[in-house]
Amino acid sequence: MNSRRVLIAIAISLPIIALLAFGLTRDPNEIPSPLPGTAAPDFLLVSMDGSGDTIRLSSQRGKVVVLNFWASWCLQCRDEHADLSMAANRYRGRGVEFFGVLYNDQAENGRRWITEQGGQSYRSLLDPGSRTAVDYGLYGVPETFIIDQQGRVVRKKIGPTTVAELASFIDPLLGDAPTQEQSE
Amino acid sequence: MIRILGYGAVVAALTLAVYGLVAAAWGVRARQAALIRSARAAAYLNAALLVAANVLMVYALLPHDFSISYVAQVGSRATPAWVSIVSLWSSLEGSILFWGMVLALYTAGAMYFTRSSLGALGAYANAVMLGVGAFFYLLLAGPANPFRTVFPVPADGPGPNPLLQNHYLMAVHPPLLYLGYVGMTVPFGFAMGALLSGRLDDTWLRVTRRWTLTAWMFLSLAIMAGMWWSYEVLGWGGYWAWDPVENASFMPWLTATAFLHSVMVQERRAMLRVWNLSLIVSTFLLTVLGTFLTRSGVLSSVHAFGEGPIGLYFLVFIAVVLVFSLAMLAGRSTELKSTGSMDSMLSRESVFLLNNLLLTAFTFTVLLGTLYPLLAEALRGVKVSVGAPFFNKMTLPICAALLFLVGMGPMLPWRVADRQQLKRTFVAPATGLLLTLAGALVAGVRSPYGLLAFAFAGFALVSNLQEFAQATAARRRHAGLPVLPALLSLFRVNPRRFGGYTAHIGIIIAAIGIAASSEFRTEREATMKPGDTLEVGGYKLRFDDLQGYDEPHRFVVAANFSILSGARTTGKMNPRLNYYTARGGEPVTTPSVRSRATNDLYMTLLAFEQDGSTATVSVIVEPLVSWIWVGGMIVALGAILAIRPARARRVAETAAAPAAAVEVA
Amino acid sequence: MIAFLFVLFAAMPQAPAQSVPGPLPAAETSTPDAHVETQLERDTRQLASELRCPVCQGLSLQDSPSELSQEMRVIIREQLLAGRSVAEVKQYFVAKYGEWILLEPEPHGFNLTVYIAPVLLLLGGAAFLYFTARRWTRQQAASAAPPSD
Repeated sequence: MNSRRVLIAIAISLPIIALLAFGLTRDPNEIPSPLPGTAAPDFLLVSMDGSGDTIRLSSQRGKVVVLNFWASWCLQCRDEHADLSMAANRYRGRGVEFFGVLYNDQAENGRRWITEQGGQSYRSLLDPGSRTAVDYGLYGVPETFIIDQQGRVVRKKIGPTTVAELASFIDPLLGDAPTQEQSE
Repeated sequence: MIRILGYGAVVAALTLAVYGLVAAAWGVRARQAALIRSARAAAYLNAALLVAANVLMVYALLPHDFSISYVAQVGSRATPAWVSIVSLWSSLEGSILFWGMVLALYTAGAMYFTRSSLGALGAYANAVMLGVGAFFYLLLAGPANPFRTVFPVPADGPGPNPLLQNHYLMAVHPPLLYLGYVGMTVPFGFAMGALLSGRLDDTWLRVTRRWTLTAWMFLSLAIMAGMWWSYEVLGWGGYWAWDPVENASFMPWLTATAFLHSVMVQERRAMLRVWNLSLIVSTFLLTVLGTFLTRSGVLSSVHAFGEGPIGLYFLVFIAVVLVFSLAMLAGRSTELKSTGSMDSMLSRESVFLLNNLLLTAFTFTVLLGTLYPLLAEALRGVKVSVGAPFFNKMTLPICAALLFLVGMGPMLPWRVADRQQLKRTFVAPATGLLLTLAGALVAGVRSPYGLLAFAFAGFALVSNLQEFAQATAARRRHAGLPVLPALLSLFRVNPRRFGGYTAHIGIIIAAIGIAASSEFRTEREATMKPGDTLEVGGYKLRFDDLQGYDEPHRFVVAANFSILSGARTTGKMNPRLNYYTARGGEPVTTPSVRSRATNDLYMTLLAFEQDGSTATVSVIVEPLVSWIWVGGMIVALGAILAIRPARARRVAETAAAPAAAVEVA
Repeated sequence: MIAFLFVLFAAMPQAPAQSVPGPLPAAETSTPDAHVETQLERDTRQLASELRCPVCQGLSLQDSPSELSQEMRVIIREQLLAGRSVAEVKQYFVAKYGEWILLEPEPHGFNLTVYIAPVLLLLGGAAFLYFTARRWTRQQAASAAPPSD
């Protein structure tokens, strides 16, 4: 046996094993978004409720905006629906605005789904052609974006969220005076 | 009961495998023939145990016994019986159970056929194969136990992944893949046996030649079936996306193909001994790596199985196999050193060396591209993708060169080519090259790779056919046979050589299919109203209506089209979108495919208005797609012909001189 | 066989790789006759085949039949139509999705490894083979007269 060559062979295998071990610690489906820290893409979207109202993101400046992309065909969206509605109620009047954005779905299906789920405590918007979804680098639903008072994306959450998690994102942005309306 | 028996069989197999591993190795050391025999008996028993465990699982799957975890996970009362059986390998635990059975059968088979002759080499080979088996039985006994109890027992289950159950090819592809993948354990076992026992001559090669060819044949078929499945199911009109799973099956195929060629150099010229061992070790390592990559959730992929603790087990296994086999190879490399000798650069040997270089570079490129996302994340901290544009750019030149060699190899004799002779042999293939090149130019091919592909395909096809023609003519003269019997007798006289050329022809036909379907792909997308017609690539299509209906597990929206020829309807197409409401998620695209020898019509429903007023469809016309499948089957046929035990091979060897005369006649 | 191939070529459509990317605007129905690809369509198709579909596994936007991919192809086309260059549109997607969306790593910096290493292996291997084979043939020539075969 040639022991020097054996050692060389082992030395060659180690980085390969290390790389594979590193791979085990990663989730290939979790792709970090480049958006947090940058200005949130502005949008002008029509409300899903049929009222014809439009919402422009830039007019929400000064408020924290929670933007949740969802669809009626999305199973995980059911899991987080109640939590989102509850969180929206909790933060009502505290300078936090919640919006849903319907993704790749018909307004009619979305409205029916909301009725089935027992209502939604905030407004959902329509995104024809998924332009806003692509602007936000959407991979699928549900995804939730937290936008601060200056209109910057602070967080992106992939997958269903919870009240506690939303609070952990929002509260730091509201600072010391959580009940007070903040202005720029 | 099934649960206890099944789990018992698995645990018994694990125990026996560990026993056999120790007994075989110890038996050699202590020169105890009885121990070695008992280890061989363990291999036989394991095969019986694993077959029993698999039969038990099928017996649980068929009547939907949801008290068993695996059945609860993949079973559903609504699925037809064939889907229930197929779901044996549709998910992680079941696939490992099936894998274990295939491995146990291969091990037992290889041990049975080599029972009388091999001594220490065979004992060590048995130990290595049982060691590999022990790993899989350990998975089955622990983290991937399919026989767990479920309580409370559910009334119904979700059924297997719809993407996997909506096409019969899913019944075919995984078993073929396992037969190919797992089969590579046999040559690996014997290669390691040679290294461990120090019997470094050609024995292990001679013993495993047929096993390697068998595994290679299954792997070739599996890759083709996988392409076919992807084409029929995924709805994009392509068959190869350089997905990690596809790459994982392709890399061992490349190294095994290199091995099948270079092994001939070792047999003829006693060279490349280290290289051949390295190739077979790499092939095995790549099958394990591929399994790791797709089972552990390290890379995302079309049909990656769920994640879990199993990744860690695989990592340890890969580490052990990698270190052990590389160390063995390195340790023996000085003893293995062979004195190379070549008569001429212009010989079949040098074509095989080139072929091995290209196949190795090909494998390395695919491996690097597949692992690069991990590497970039580890070293740059950024997630990147490596997909089709990269792989096409990097590997098409290699593919073209390989296709050329497929034509060159058969024309060049061993040792040294006579230049005059070579010139004469060259005439027909060169004419073939020019004719196909001209044909491709006339047909409108302008891309360099397209032109090279057609030209080299023409070259290689004529070159390989010429071998058949010349040898048949020689047989007719010598044996006085009519054409067909003379042709068929070639496979008896020299099955390996003409089986090989048959496989070449299969590869060439597949290459023509791939080149033509990518060069002449005509694609249209249109939003149509009922009654509208659309013309694509010589087909006239009329959109008849949109239809929605319920099926047990899904809601289906189908767009019905008629293929028109004048006023006559010559066919129907119905691309669909399937909504698996219980599973949620986006609809599953189900293309409608009409295959003909000359071209395929491929339609996908992209979108529709709910009132049925419009449908948006993609229509693709691709020439010669079916040639790829035919080519793949010819490759397998070639391998089968070459596997055939050759009573006649001895004849060919003893009669080397006349055979050589036939070769150059 | 060759003649057969020849006939097949003749039977194939004359215009190669003809393709219409992106769904037509909803109002427009099928265009019945043969379609000549414009520069805009060529650019859209090229770009769409270099970008990865976010909701599929490794397919390009061009190849993916998913709804999001269709919409993203429309977005590419719109942005090109609005006068953005191909590079700018590509940059837009990278800014939204990160480098991940490029199906081919950008060839600079460390990414060059993945392009250069295979070429180095091939060239190095070829050189090694050449010199080894030459040594072998010389040894053979020196040691004995080659047996006639």
